[in-house]
Amino acid sequence: MSAYIGKRLVDAFLTILLVLSLVFVAMRVLPGDPATSALGDLATEDQLAAFRAKMGLDAPLPVQYVVFLWQMLRFEFGRSFVSDETTLSMLATALPYTIELTIAAIIVGAMIGIPAGVVSATRRGRAADYAARGLSLIGFCIPEFYLAALMLIVFALKLDLFPIMGGGDAFPDRMYHLVLPALTLGLVMAAFTCRLTRSSMLEVLPRAFVRTAQAKGTTERRVVYHHALRNALIPVSTGFGIYILTMLSGSIPIELVFSRPGLGNVLVNAISARDYPVVQGCLALFTLFVVAVNFAMDIVYVLVDPRIRAAA
Amino acid sequence: MSAATQAAPVVLRSSARTLGKVIADPVAVSAMLTIAAFCFIALAAPSLIPYDPVAQSILHRGEAPSPTHWFGTDRYGRDTFSRVLLGTRWSLLLGLSAPLIAGTVGTTIGTLAGYFGGWFDRVTARVTDMLMAFPALLLGLMIAAGLGPGIGNLIGAVAVAFVPRFTRVARASTLAVRAEPYVEASIAAGQIPLRIIGKHVLPNISGALVVVGTLWIATAIRVEATLSFIGLGVQPPEPSWGNIIHDGLTNLLGSPWPVVAAGAMLTLCVLAFNLLGDALRDALDPAYRDQG
Repeated sequence: MSAYIGKRLVDAFLTILLVLSLVFVAMRVLPGDPATSALGDLATEDQLAAFRAKMGLDAPLPVQYVVFLWQMLRFEFGRSFVSDETTLSMLATALPYTIELTIAAIIVGAMIGIPAGVVSATRRGRAADYAARGLSLIGFCIPEFYLAALMLIVFALKLDLFPIMGGGDAFPDRMYHLVLPALTLGLVMAAFTCRLTRSSMLEVLPRAFVRTAQAKGTTERRVVYHHALRNALIPVSTGFGIYILTMLSGSIPIELVFSRPGLGNVLVNAISARDYPVVQGCLALFTLFVVAVNFAMDIVYVLVDPRIRAAA
Repeated sequence: MSAATQAAPVVLRSSARTLGKVIADPVAVSAMLTIAAFCFIALAAPSLIPYDPVAQSILHRGEAPSPTHWFGTDRYGRDTFSRVLLGTRWSLLLGLSAPLIAGTVGTTIGTLAGYFGGWFDRVTARVTDMLMAFPALLLGLMIAAGLGPGIGNLIGAVAVAFVPRFTRVARASTLAVRAEPYVEASIAAGQIPLRIIGKHVLPNISGALVVVGTLWIATAIRVEATLSFIGLGVQPPEPSWGNIIHDGLTNLLGSPWPVVAAGAMLTLCVLAFNLLGDALRDALDPAYRDQG
């Protein structure tokens, strides 16, 4: 087990290095001068030179690369050009909003998607099945930010049921502000979950143990939910890591639509203000988050299914 | 996302039969007609649009749809219908070019890795796995954020994010074809590897790649719209579906029509490519149809 964890840790570290290197290439190696883009076209040569010296952009590229990696790995993201706040504290303020949205979306998605998938599979070829499949196809295709905009138009502007923007202050207000964004992202998540639950149920339902349970006279409800669904949920739950990450990337445009003060909004504002240190900090944090989730899922798989350990 | 990765090693059986099946499928045919309509709009947009898409009019701000302005006007009084039609060009340009670039690069790497094996294959497989840990949207966004705004940067960023997806499919399919007796026979007959790849491997993995490519076009269009919405793609006043929605959101109280119209076109376009991709996959590999 410890050898397995060690191997996964090395993988995780290499992934961080690889993706940070891609970011470095995109930001510094490829044409496009960060100094000009940060200060604008009107900046004088002196100002540009001062900026480059301050940011370490006048050093040779290999030196910049090592310094960049070292700073990113130690979370030394520097201060925002715009607010002079440290990037780290900006990220720390924003993170809870993104995390609560991601978690709420996963809960909403599972609560809608799993029952819908079960109904769709048990009533295969009937109206309920077509409805569930049609809706999940639309959920699969509709861009998150468009769905968010539609929800905003209908529920916040026309019906005036929910707040239009912001993240809320005290706990009840914060939850109130969370409803529409979480519902939006949750519906997208439900589309994924419904598809997966359906195909997984269709594989489990014809199996012998399901027929045995039916033959013993167990009620249909118990057969479906107790016997079949339990087994069908295994492949659904292993996809969990992917969901968390899909929801994380989906939360970025959604936060923008609802003006939530989360990571997505911090990143997008930093991009449009050319706030270089904050952009770097966000990207490093996303990288770390993705790698951490994958690492955690790898460990969970082994705990759930010892066969993987044997294979590793 | 997941739909494309599931399509891994499908091997093309008979292209004529596949084509027949796709044409017999009413869903696939309507998807193809929709795509054809979008292509026509993209090509003919400049002569189809009734108004100059960047001409502003203070008198006609935030109007609802009417016979003169079919989709209404935005907060600057610009005609939404004209802007949405013209926006089709950017979405299709990026939707087709990014997967095409990624497909070419990814197939080359994946096929060579799968065919020759060795350290190159091991490195390719590892790097592919690492990058696949990132959702395509997130990876594309991260690279685009590093590069800065602009359509060229956006195409590059999305293409880089897609390369591992194509590499994986090409490599897995090549490994399957590599084990076939006719490839062994060609090697025994002394044919050079490049010829074997060109003559046996590529034709046999092309079906799988077409399916993956079609599904990734749908994703590319979504990602382009999302990044343009965020402000990283097509820059205003040049219209794209993503930035029309972004602009419309700032004036929702005035008129929701620009948002609704651009988003509906976007969703329809993504839907059409997804349905076509699914139909192609079903036709190539009937096992999927039984599940779905």
